[in-house]
Amino acid sequence: MLQVSLYRYNPETDDAPFMQDFSVDTSGRDLMVLDVLELIKAEHDGSVTYRRSCREGVCGSDGLNMNGKNGLACITPLSDAVKGGKLVIRPLPGLPVIRDLVVDMSLFYAQYEKVQPYLQNPTPAPAIERLQSPEERAHLDGLYECILCACCSTSCPSFWWNPDRFVGPAGLLQAYRFLADSRDTATEERLAKLDDPFSVFRCHGIQNCVNVCPKGLNPTKAIGHIRTMLLNRAT
Amino acid sequence: MKTISFDGVIVGGGGAGMRAALQLAQSGYKTAVISKVFPTRSHTVSAQGGITCAIASADPQDDWRWHMYDTVKGSDYIGDQDAIEYMCSVGPEAIFELEHMGLPFSRTEEGRIYQRPFGGQSKNFGEGGQAARTCAAADRTGHALLHTLYQNNIKNETVFFNEWFAVDLVKNQDGAVVGVIAICIETGETVYVKSKATVFATGGAGRIYASTTNAHINTGDGMGMALRAGVPAQDMEMWQFHPTGIYGAGTLVTEGCRGEGGYLINKDGERFMERYAPNAKDLAGRDVVARSMVLEILEGRGCGPNGDHVKLKLDHLGEEVLESRLPGICELSRTFAHVDPVKEPIPVVPTCHYMMGGIPTNVHGQALTVDANGDDQIIPGLYACGEVACVSVHGANRLGGNSLLDLVVFGRASGLFIEKALREGIELRDASQTDIEAADARLTALNERQNGEQVAPLRAELQEIMQNHFGVFRTGEFMREGIAKLADLRGRVENVALADRSSAFNTSRIECLELQNLFETAEATAIVAEARDESRGAHAREDFTERDDENWLCHSLYHSQGKKVSKRGVNFTPQTVETFQPKARSY
Repeated sequence: MLQVSLYRYNPETDDAPFMQDFSVDTSGRDLMVLDVLELIKAEHDGSVTYRRSCREGVCGSDGLNMNGKNGLACITPLSDAVKGGKLVIRPLPGLPVIRDLVVDMSLFYAQYEKVQPYLQNPTPAPAIERLQSPEERAHLDGLYECILCACCSTSCPSFWWNPDRFVGPAGLLQAYRFLADSRDTATEERLAKLDDPFSVFRCHGIQNCVNVCPKGLNPTKAIGHIRTMLLNRAT
Repeated sequence: MKTISFDGVIVGGGGAGMRAALQLAQSGYKTAVISKVFPTRSHTVSAQGGITCAIASADPQDDWRWHMYDTVKGSDYIGDQDAIEYMCSVGPEAIFELEHMGLPFSRTEEGRIYQRPFGGQSKNFGEGGQAARTCAAADRTGHALLHTLYQNNIKNETVFFNEWFAVDLVKNQDGAVVGVIAICIETGETVYVKSKATVFATGGAGRIYASTTNAHINTGDGMGMALRAGVPAQDMEMWQFHPTGIYGAGTLVTEGCRGEGGYLINKDGERFMERYAPNAKDLAGRDVVARSMVLEILEGRGCGPNGDHVKLKLDHLGEEVLESRLPGICELSRTFAHVDPVKEPIPVVPTCHYMMGGIPTNVHGQALTVDANGDDQIIPGLYACGEVACVSVHGANRLGGNSLLDLVVFGRASGLFIEKALREGIELRDASQTDIEAADARLTALNERQNGEQVAPLRAELQEIMQNHFGVFRTGEFMREGIAKLADLRGRVENVALADRSSAFNTSRIECLELQNLFETAEATAIVAEARDESRGAHAREDFTERDDENWLCHSLYHSQGKKVSKRGVNFTPQTVETFQPKARSY
């Protein structure tokens, strides 16, 4: 039997959050953490609340804190997550909890929108695609794959302190995805919008984002590139 | 109940919904998207291999008519040729628009969009060998497409009702659709979202089966709402089983693996598709490959201790190709199959993947029904695009890479048509209080019910029935048994009880409503599958092994009232090319 301790909070009935323990029969299988949540919801308590969709690590719905580390429940096997026979599951840290494991991601999405995450190029488009060499396209690898799960930004102390002013690793990764795109012409406008003490420079290179990214992306590196661009622009 | 009004409301935030929304938002009409998940969590995100379209990058001579030929043949001749013509000819423009929006396609040395070979593709109307026509962003094309569309909707300030769930259609006294009842999942508040045009882009329903590549959220919500509102469903017996779902987990492994040179092997290491499809081999139609795999397994040549799967061999392609062209597959295989495809083959099995059927529509996305004479009638106010629609470009079997093209082209077409209709003026009578209450009845009943069974075991029972009785191979007697089991299940599903009565983020309530949608979709599938006594495309009957063009070269239409099945003609009159006449289908 697996011992699971779940963070519970229902705003209609609970004054404060609490941890609830469940003994889950996994029949010895190395399930994913999401499978365990599905078992609890189906067999123990139908009111347990969490988000999930693709169950294969590409939709970014089920970012959670499992035994102290952020990750996607659907691609985290018990063999990776469980310590000392116990699994503690909490919502992503630093964002308001709506209910149980569901957090309010408005601030996270607002930072994403702030970087204008869409291609900008006012020159008239050709009748076919805009050409881009494989080398130019390669600059987007490691950037475009972000799934907006928020594992990175909610593991970042700078984002915990300034979620309204520091864009955070996820937003900055996307800011750089467009700065790095040979088809985008808004480099100067993008940099001007980021050029303040908080948007980028609150990153202190702690690299929690890199440690938790379930897609193996490196926001710190992208932030480093933006810093360099901002510094070059200043001189 | 509070009313919120829009010119156009799109239900569903996947590729089709967001493409339609983008078109309408750009036109300046007041547009809203209702999505039960944040839009980038929609199932389009899981599409891997690409989007098929004759953009003439890999082959400068490529021609959309060749793509049309392949699609008609792939459909086993019940795809509508006017719709296929529209999709294949308009496709390039729709793809270039996506690229201009920023979609990060992989590239050729010439700087053009990279295209890979996919199943069922040919040059020169089947005479010129294998084509490479599927435009790709590595093996994450759906993710790249969905994020690009969301980003451009942000740019155009589309209104999103994220994590809102549409419950049922509101119809006025003239039978026109005038919006939906929707729940805000976060607060539990119910509102009437009033609209002059209601677009269903609710996606598929693969969760009617126990084993599926589909996300948890693919519960046929549009089908459920449509069938309850008396809208017919077309070709619901046609379900695609994707040849390569990861054994045990069900997660998808793209056909692009075989396009890049991978192939299937049985327990003897034999490349068995050479026997079943001597020309196209592993790139035959998906229905053909899936059946061949099941036959290998049934004849004792399956892999593993139970001999219940086959393997997909990729290691001969080399680490460099795999990591650059198929990085997502390497990741999925390591996570879910515990196999590194660079070193050993991936265990795979045919897995429910795609609903070819759906709400019948014309090329403008307008939902159709038929009158007493069997003539098409437009349902005022209702539109559908993407997987929930049956326009029908896929007929009895969809070609790989055609689903993304379908959702982009017809999402766009729906938006364009609605924009024009709004400009010309849409006058629909307001819904009365009684009309709104009728649409809210299902939710009210669920909220008030005190006794009943729980959602999870009922859902598991439904999925088992569909898996066992309506799989890759089907027989009449066994399907009739399945239909009887479903009849017994219906009352219990209608009486499903809430495990949780809270207002805030009550996923138990949503799952109950989804279960009822799954059930409507499943029952339509079952009844029509039993009725079509022939084998065509994905519908393979062991008791009727041949295609029967005399009786069944037509769409099936399922009517929820009375659970009746009728037939509807297939379109054989494209505008600019000669009709592709039905012939024997071989690969």
